[in-house]
Amino acid sequence: MDWTALSLSLQLASATMLVLLPIGVWAGRKLAWSRFRGKALVEALLALPLVLPPTVLGFYLLVAMGGATPLGRWYESLFGHQLTFSFQGLLVASLIFNLPFAVQPMQRAFEAIAPEVREAALCCGMSRLRLLRRVELPLAWPGVLSAMVLVFAHTLGEFGVVLMVGGGIPGKTRTIAIAIYDRVQAFDTAGAGIMSATLLLISMLAIGLSYLVTAPGGFRRHD
Amino acid sequence: MTDPVTGLRATIRQVVPIPLDADLSCGPGEVLALVGPSGSGKSTLLRCIAGLHTPMEGRIECDGRTWFDAGSGANLSTARRRIGMVFQHYALFPHLSALENVLEGMDDPDGAGSRERGRELLRKVHLDGLEMRKPHQLSGGQQQRVAVARALAREPHALLLDEPFSAVDRSTREKLYGELAELRRELKMPVILVTHDLEEAVMLADRVSILSRGKTLQTGPPLQVMERPATVEVARLVGLRNVFEGRVLSHHRDRGTTVVEWNGRRLDVRLQEGFPAGARVAWSLPASGVLLMPRDRNAGGILDNIVEGTVGKMVTLGNRVRVPVRVHGATEALLTTTVPRHLAESYALAEGKTLSLRLRGGQIHLMPPDDGPHGPAGDSRSIA
Repeated sequence: MDWTALSLSLQLASATMLVLLPIGVWAGRKLAWSRFRGKALVEALLALPLVLPPTVLGFYLLVAMGGATPLGRWYESLFGHQLTFSFQGLLVASLIFNLPFAVQPMQRAFEAIAPEVREAALCCGMSRLRLLRRVELPLAWPGVLSAMVLVFAHTLGEFGVVLMVGGGIPGKTRTIAIAIYDRVQAFDTAGAGIMSATLLLISMLAIGLSYLVTAPGGFRRHD
Repeated sequence: MTDPVTGLRATIRQVVPIPLDADLSCGPGEVLALVGPSGSGKSTLLRCIAGLHTPMEGRIECDGRTWFDAGSGANLSTARRRIGMVFQHYALFPHLSALENVLEGMDDPDGAGSRERGRELLRKVHLDGLEMRKPHQLSGGQQQRVAVARALAREPHALLLDEPFSAVDRSTREKLYGELAELRRELKMPVILVTHDLEEAVMLADRVSILSRGKTLQTGPPLQVMERPATVEVARLVGLRNVFEGRVLSHHRDRGTTVVEWNGRRLDVRLQEGFPAGARVAWSLPASGVLLMPRDRNAGGILDNIVEGTVGKMVTLGNRVRVPVRVHGATEALLTTTVPRHLAESYALAEGKTLSLRLRGGQIHLMPPDDGPHGPAGDSRSIA
């Protein structure tokens, strides 16, 4: 059992989830309620990581973040190490390929809130912040929660992008999914089996938890 | 009428997305009903006042404060207009209890005494004991009461009611009418009620404003608007079926009558000198002003006009019968009257039967002939 890889994966998944939470809420609300030019294009671009082969996405990210690009050079001048093959690089890649998993369920959840309910809140004199805290998030939270669970589980299991951008450096960018692959390459089926079972368990727990809180008849605050 | 400083005043004009051309005023404690068929723009007008829709042109003022002025660009946000709004489907916060819904309507929901005030408001709308219920655990009528309490929680400067009775059954509606009538005696702010139901407006409002295609056609006390519509379009909208065209012959101040030529005969009507002799006019008569001729033929009063006609296809509406009568004359005009069922039976009314009618001239109201820009009067849908 590669504890370092498991811990790295859990850190990456948690960080991705935390960073995407506000971004997803912001983008989900925006896409749910605003009409603007190019909205369809934005939605299509957001969905792109869903259909793009992970290695392709990883390749472009690797090129975009590498030392030869302005982004890569700028990052290196700022932090003294390159963005690719680092945890930070993994996080950036992870944020990008997880965007649709975060934004889409949240967008659906915000779309499901009746427009009059939000208008009623404005008529009550609520500030934007109070509206978000007291009305929008409580009503959309099953969607927000399932988005977070999806992001978490998806990050734990991501292989292609992580390998391309991170290179699978032990203790630095080798996540548990890559560790499993390495174990299998080394004919250590037992080791791969234990780690796979661990991932399976974590994923089942996450999905189970989200079903428990969002499914009808489960624990739901507005019942 | 509205004092220049207090109350609500709105002038709203726009061309798209739906045309609006409205002038309204509503004094403190007054209930103004905006009445019109669906699609007449009445809800959009209310949304303009609430700041949920921004019109192209106009000005909205309340209690001396400008909420919107297209000229200067002033446009206060909904949250800052201090309105109480009751939505057609109430728009309660589904995840909050009745009490919490009311609390969210207050400026300081967490403040000291807020909960007590919330309970008091719910008591006022007869919901004591149901404070902790979620909206889906309440009946339609109870949800409407929560919405009213929430709207009042802000101590609004204007109360806006958007078809608040349309989503409940008839018996609940009757009960809610009574409650609103009772509640409104305590209300000090202008109340604007949007409804498509003229009867409801007559019951609840001090004044009604008749709307069609976004335009306020006539505003006044309900009975005045119904019995003395300003135009043929308003007459049609308030459900007057007997609207015809004629010509003024003469005025007789001594007798208090105006003589109108209609369908080859002379009608004595209430003196209305606004139209010169010789002028073409439209005239209307409520169904209540068309009476069956008593068997004693000499009983007609001074302003009674006796006409003969043939009964058309009758429609029974509960214990009343609607009787169309094709009046004999040059143009075969169709008059409509409503009589109690027992009377229809005792007169043995039947299709094809010839009948004498009294048209009560005192109730005949003259209007300009309908050749305005709105097309034939038959276009307007009735709201009555």
